[in-house]
Amino acid sequence: MSEENAKTPVPLELHDLTVSYHKRPVLWGVDVEVTAGQLVGVIGPNGAGKSTLIKAAMGMLPLNSGWVKVFGEPVEKNLQRVGYVPQRESVDWDFPVSVMDVVLMGRYGHLGLFKRPAKSDREKARECLEKVKMLPYADRQISNLSGGQQQRVFLARALAQESDLYFMDEPFAGVDAATETAIVAILQELRKQGKTLLVVHHDLTTAREYFDSLLLLNMRVVAFGPTKAIFNQELLQRTYGGRLTILSEVAEAVGSKAD
Amino acid sequence: MRYGFLFIFLGLLVPEWVWAERIGDISETSAFEQARRFFSFQDPAVRYALVGSILLGISCGLLGSFLVVRKMALFGDTLSHAVLPGVALGFLWNMSKDPVAIFVGATLAGLLGGAMVTLIKQTTRLKEDTALGLVLASFFAIGICLLTRIQNISTGSKGGLDAYLFGQAASLGRDDVILMAIITVLAVLLIAIFYKELLLTSFDAAFARAAGFPVTMIHYVLMLLLAFSVVIALQAVGVVLVSAMLITPAAAAYLLTDRMHVMLLLASVFGVTAGAAGAFFSFMSTNLPTGPLMVMGASLVFVLAFLFGPRHGVVSRWWRRQSRSAQIQRENTLKAIYHVLEGRSFEGEGVSLRELAEKRRETIDEVRGQSRELKTHQMATLHEDGDSVHLTPEGWQRACEIVRNHRLWELYLTNEASIAPDHVHDDAEVIEHVLGEETVRQLERTLNHATKDPHGRPIPGLMDLKLGGQIMGGPATVPGYGRTT
Repeated sequence: MSEENAKTPVPLELHDLTVSYHKRPVLWGVDVEVTAGQLVGVIGPNGAGKSTLIKAAMGMLPLNSGWVKVFGEPVEKNLQRVGYVPQRESVDWDFPVSVMDVVLMGRYGHLGLFKRPAKSDREKARECLEKVKMLPYADRQISNLSGGQQQRVFLARALAQESDLYFMDEPFAGVDAATETAIVAILQELRKQGKTLLVVHHDLTTAREYFDSLLLLNMRVVAFGPTKAIFNQELLQRTYGGRLTILSEVAEAVGSKAD
Repeated sequence: MRYGFLFIFLGLLVPEWVWAERIGDISETSAFEQARRFFSFQDPAVRYALVGSILLGISCGLLGSFLVVRKMALFGDTLSHAVLPGVALGFLWNMSKDPVAIFVGATLAGLLGGAMVTLIKQTTRLKEDTALGLVLASFFAIGICLLTRIQNISTGSKGGLDAYLFGQAASLGRDDVILMAIITVLAVLLIAIFYKELLLTSFDAAFARAAGFPVTMIHYVLMLLLAFSVVIALQAVGVVLVSAMLITPAAAAYLLTDRMHVMLLLASVFGVTAGAAGAFFSFMSTNLPTGPLMVMGASLVFVLAFLFGPRHGVVSRWWRRQSRSAQIQRENTLKAIYHVLEGRSFEGEGVSLRELAEKRRETIDEVRGQSRELKTHQMATLHEDGDSVHLTPEGWQRACEIVRNHRLWELYLTNEASIAPDHVHDDAEVIEHVLGEETVRQLERTLNHATKDPHGRPIPGLMDLKLGGQIMGGPATVPGYGRTT
């Protein structure tokens, strides 16, 4: 996967990205360049466009303007190098699949059409389950899991994707303390392996210790840089407190015209 | 609600034929004759009806499973009603019941209905359920009007068109069955080949999209297959009930398994069973439409799954609760026997029923019944005309375990959770029956292998549990009852 170390294009480059969600612009002119081996926390209040940002970066939303490049190419071409952990509530946990089935889904992207998971894929999936300490639950139906266990299964599925760039949408939401520690350890291990991670996160107090860099977001990029440099009163105030009222009003107006 | 209603009706309808048998006149032989004719498969109409029903059972079961897990059951209902105008227009194409023309017309009408739902949802602020209701009713109304017009204008060839409303498997012809076979094979093949993609997009569409799968395309292919299988099922089941053949077998299968591929298999088996049963009963009493009979068969399967499904079934769950409370009752008796023995420092072997009755504050008869319960489970033996109870080694071991669990839990609550000693008993009464060995080991470690509970009584240890065998067979006074260190 990482054979092109010689002339490394940046894992993620967003240029002048403006994105709408349900026709209402939620992100304006985002310029971000994430270099390899960074663990980036995406921080901002509700409705700041955090989930929209990572969905747009994966090419899942139409762009109003700007472009996304993943490893120097349009994201569609490099989806195999992108891993994703969606929000836990986005799926139906009564779905008739086992934990193993879900983790195997992480291999599907590498299999392509027609092919079924092979023995090696099962091996890989077991490895990933072991990493999140969920191997004993491999044959359980997923509704019998706690919130933290469900989140671990999602993480194992992302690990099974063996990607170089990961997007994670609130992996710490509603999990127990043990799971949170386990997830942090895995994120840091991934970063040590040279992977790049963008993690949407809610909790300011832990954001500071978990991430090397922060992307402060509130409908536009407030600041992006090393945690030490930008985690300060003034920038946080600008992210959380001073919502740019005109910006949201205009978004409101654009949204209602589009309707 | 709907299923219960149909279940009762099944009971009302079947006797019509059974009664005839009991009366013992000519209709007995004719019912028998009919059944023999059905199973000999001599009659081509029977063969077509049966094969057709099996085919539609398979395709409806498979597609219905995806509808159920994708929470699109109502969409199936709307789609199946929306095809009716297409059936009528297909007939009008060359004024005959041409399977291909009707198939094309019905599929187009179904797809148009589906598109309308999407259009209403996207361009107005109406939600999906409303859009589904609107399309279902309006398309169905148009279809009924067209069909009635055709019945009035057309000449002899209109025969069998009313089968499209409530279904008549006997009206299936050779061409119909061939078309059904083609569609069913297509559905089975596509689902087998794209099982992985269908599973992923049904479970987590966002993840599938991020992994580069053509989610929207897969969705539309599935909807097209769904429209196909609705249309081929139409003549046998009828527009009104075809959605039940999609949903009911799949819903029954969903209650019985936790794996998608098993669900697909079960749903097809249920669909085939219901389809074949419907065809058979419809053949037995010629004037009954097939559709309702098939759907009643499927609903019967659902009711059985609902009641007796091993894990989620209502009766099974009730049964598990019953046996669980019987076990708790037995364990409480064992505990009382232990307490009596403990009260006299484990002197003497058996416990008399009178002592036990006093301990439990119950009548002699009640404790006699409980002791017999223990006896049937080999936990105790009854002596001297059933007046005293002796624990067997197994009974002794379980009694020790329960008392140990109770006292350990009390101690844990008092020491670790700082709950007052007089508040812990009721909790322990519940917990003692559910603590596993592993948790007990953990508790013992946490409590430093304490020997006394908060009330100062000894906690039975491993030694007591193991000694059980020797003690109960040995002399009356044995050291080692209670806690020995």
